Amino acid sequence: MPFSRHHLTGMKGLTREEIETILTTAESLKEISFRDIKKVPTLRGKTVVNFFHEPSTRTRTSFEIAAKRLSADTVSLSAGTSSLVKGETLIDTAKNLEAMGPDVIVIRHSLAGAPHLLSRSVKASIINAGDGMHEHPTQALLDLMTIREKKGTLQGLQVAIIGDIAHSRVARSNIIGLKTMGAQVMVAGPPTMIPPHLDAFGVEVSYQLEEIIPRADVIMMLRVQLERQQQLLFPSLREYSRFFGLHPGNMKKAKKDVIIMHPGPVNRGVELHPDLADGPFSVILDQVTNGVAVRMALLYLLLGGERK
Amino acid sequence: MKYLIKGGRLIDPANQLDDLMDIYIQNGKIQDLLPAAPRRTDRELTDYRIIPAEGLVVTPGLIDMHTHLREPGQEYKETILTGAQAAVAGGFAAVACMPNTQPVNDQRSVCEFIVSRAREARLAKVFPVGAISIGLRGEALAEYGDLKEGGAVALSDDGHPVMNGQLMRRAMEYAKAFRLPIIAHCEDLHLSQSGVMNEGPTSTWLGLRGIPAAAEETMVQRDILLCQLTGHPLHIAHVSTAGSVQFIREAKKKGLPVSAETAPHYFTLTEDTLVGFDTLAKVNPPLRSREDLQAIQKGLKDGTLDVIASDHAPHSSLEKEVEFEQALCGLIGLETALPLTLQLVHKGLLTLPQAIAKFTTGPARALNLEGWGQLQRNGPAHLTILDPFFEFQVDVQQFRSKSRNSPFNGFKLKGKALLTMVNGRIVHNLLFQTLEGS
Repeated sequence: MPFSRHHLTGMKGLTREEIETILTTAESLKEISFRDIKKVPTLRGKTVVNFFHEPSTRTRTSFEIAAKRLSADTVSLSAGTSSLVKGETLIDTAKNLEAMGPDVIVIRHSLAGAPHLLSRSVKASIINAGDGMHEHPTQALLDLMTIREKKGTLQGLQVAIIGDIAHSRVARSNIIGLKTMGAQVMVAGPPTMIPPHLDAFGVEVSYQLEEIIPRADVIMMLRVQLERQQQLLFPSLREYSRFFGLHPGNMKKAKKDVIIMHPGPVNRGVELHPDLADGPFSVILDQVTNGVAVRMALLYLLLGGERK
Repeated sequence: MKYLIKGGRLIDPANQLDDLMDIYIQNGKIQDLLPAAPRRTDRELTDYRIIPAEGLVVTPGLIDMHTHLREPGQEYKETILTGAQAAVAGGFAAVACMPNTQPVNDQRSVCEFIVSRAREARLAKVFPVGAISIGLRGEALAEYGDLKEGGAVALSDDGHPVMNGQLMRRAMEYAKAFRLPIIAHCEDLHLSQSGVMNEGPTSTWLGLRGIPAAAEETMVQRDILLCQLTGHPLHIAHVSTAGSVQFIREAKKKGLPVSAETAPHYFTLTEDTLVGFDTLAKVNPPLRSREDLQAIQKGLKDGTLDVIASDHAPHSSLEKEVEFEQALCGLIGLETALPLTLQLVHKGLLTLPQAIAKFTTGPARALNLEGWGQLQRNGPAHLTILDPFFEFQVDVQQFRSKSRNSPFNGFKLKGKALLTMVNGRIVHNLLFQTLEGS
């Protein structure tokens, strides 16, 4: 299946076939990471710029490793080292990068739409590595890959996403990706953290975890950001973890083959009980491993893939 | 110069006139209005410059009662001269300009500066709107008497809603002494918080913070209640939601002295325009839902909304070619407001006289502008000639405004102003080539 996109700005707009292509490619590239010599020459001579305008450890490292395993040259910029701190606009920084001829610019930005702004002003391929509260497509793709790996299929699965849906780009991208792939999505969390109009998109909304946990094949927990407490979204972490966190108590009625996912970093004891994070249902570290494979697949497909 | 505007369809909603008329103009005044007739007039015509208006529509000079001319302080976005050029090109013989300049128009000297700049420009008449509170800070009343003497026709803290109900009440009471209507920008800043677009399905999917309709509607309600309490005329600016329209409708039914305006973008575009993070369509209040848009159109039709105003808000690329959340709100509208309104006429949603009234009687009444909004014998000759069927494509590069921030670039529209006259002087003219010298 050919892949003809030049940018990946979000899950929105990707077809089921395109997602299948990315996942299948990732599955076949995954094996490279388990070799003795973890490197293939596929992208030799290509340049990948990791432009991270917001702190990130996992995603940035994952992109860097993915590019290196395919032999691409990588350069990393963060907000602190770029000219953005000197008052240069995002478009100017991007155009300057562009003048040095990179093939891919991976961008993480605290504001929604930044990758779209870039994709309109540069020729290099843009990969969205998370923009504000909008999308985080590579996270969704690695989540889809992990679910498919564990469950065999996505079609017809019941997936529960729990926590701060309103402020989560991971939730948005996953909802879009899961629906496209034929899964059923349920969300739960405090009502202050559930955005309006989700039902219009065919997403089931609940404010009681006990209501959805027994039906879930997959439980995806989201990180709760501590500063949300100041924004009148919940009264205390203690109450949050008790009613909206996942702990052995509310997991009693879960399916025996349920998997627990988390995009990281985990607030242990807040949204996820330590026993569950490290327990047999957890696939959190598989997600990280698959992250490298999915990003290798995307770099490969965006840089020409089978056309080469 | 004497003029005879011949054979046009004169639409003057204030005088319930809609007929083919000949208009004689002399010394800046309307000398005579006579039914257009094939017979020879007994008037000696040699001195008259004859403006052929057959097939065109003649209206009282159009008024845009909500603009931002940016001078003093932000002349890189617009000046009173370029704003006035854009105004007359859009068919507006007069504009009211909001006080959020630098310095703020909260004192007589700023008002006088604006009036004198506009006089030098000799294009559109410019009516300054003074600030409700000093520095638009919502803390202390500005000097309304002085502002009025300096030329202010109304008071507003536009863009900076008056959150303090007591201050708003005192402003409405104190403004009575000077007969200055209050123009309210209705927005509860706690509810809108850091929102950048309408709260709805689109904001949910774009991951952008939403501004609920309730942020506007609670303040519309409050200000209507204060209008009831004080009995002072209230004009509600840029109405964007169905709920606001309904509250205003009910207030009018009660007989309260409330008037209201909307802007062309609220009856033309919806929140879906923002799907590609288009900063040109980022405005405050935000573009709303399809239901809101339909309610606005209905409010215009039944007269709940008296006025259409552009909310002309020039910005440079510095403020617009940035990340969506950092882009400033506002779009320019002086040169598209009339054509966009005429689209409602072509769609059968408004009659032509109804559309004209939104730019003439509506604003003239809301701002008590004497001599404006109607044409009558011995009255000042402010008028606009338009061709409702003139087809064109919007090209921001052709705009007279100093800024280019319009989401309507490339729109194919039908209807345009061809001539604008202020005090018997032609200030915009696409009808014949020689623009009258000064």
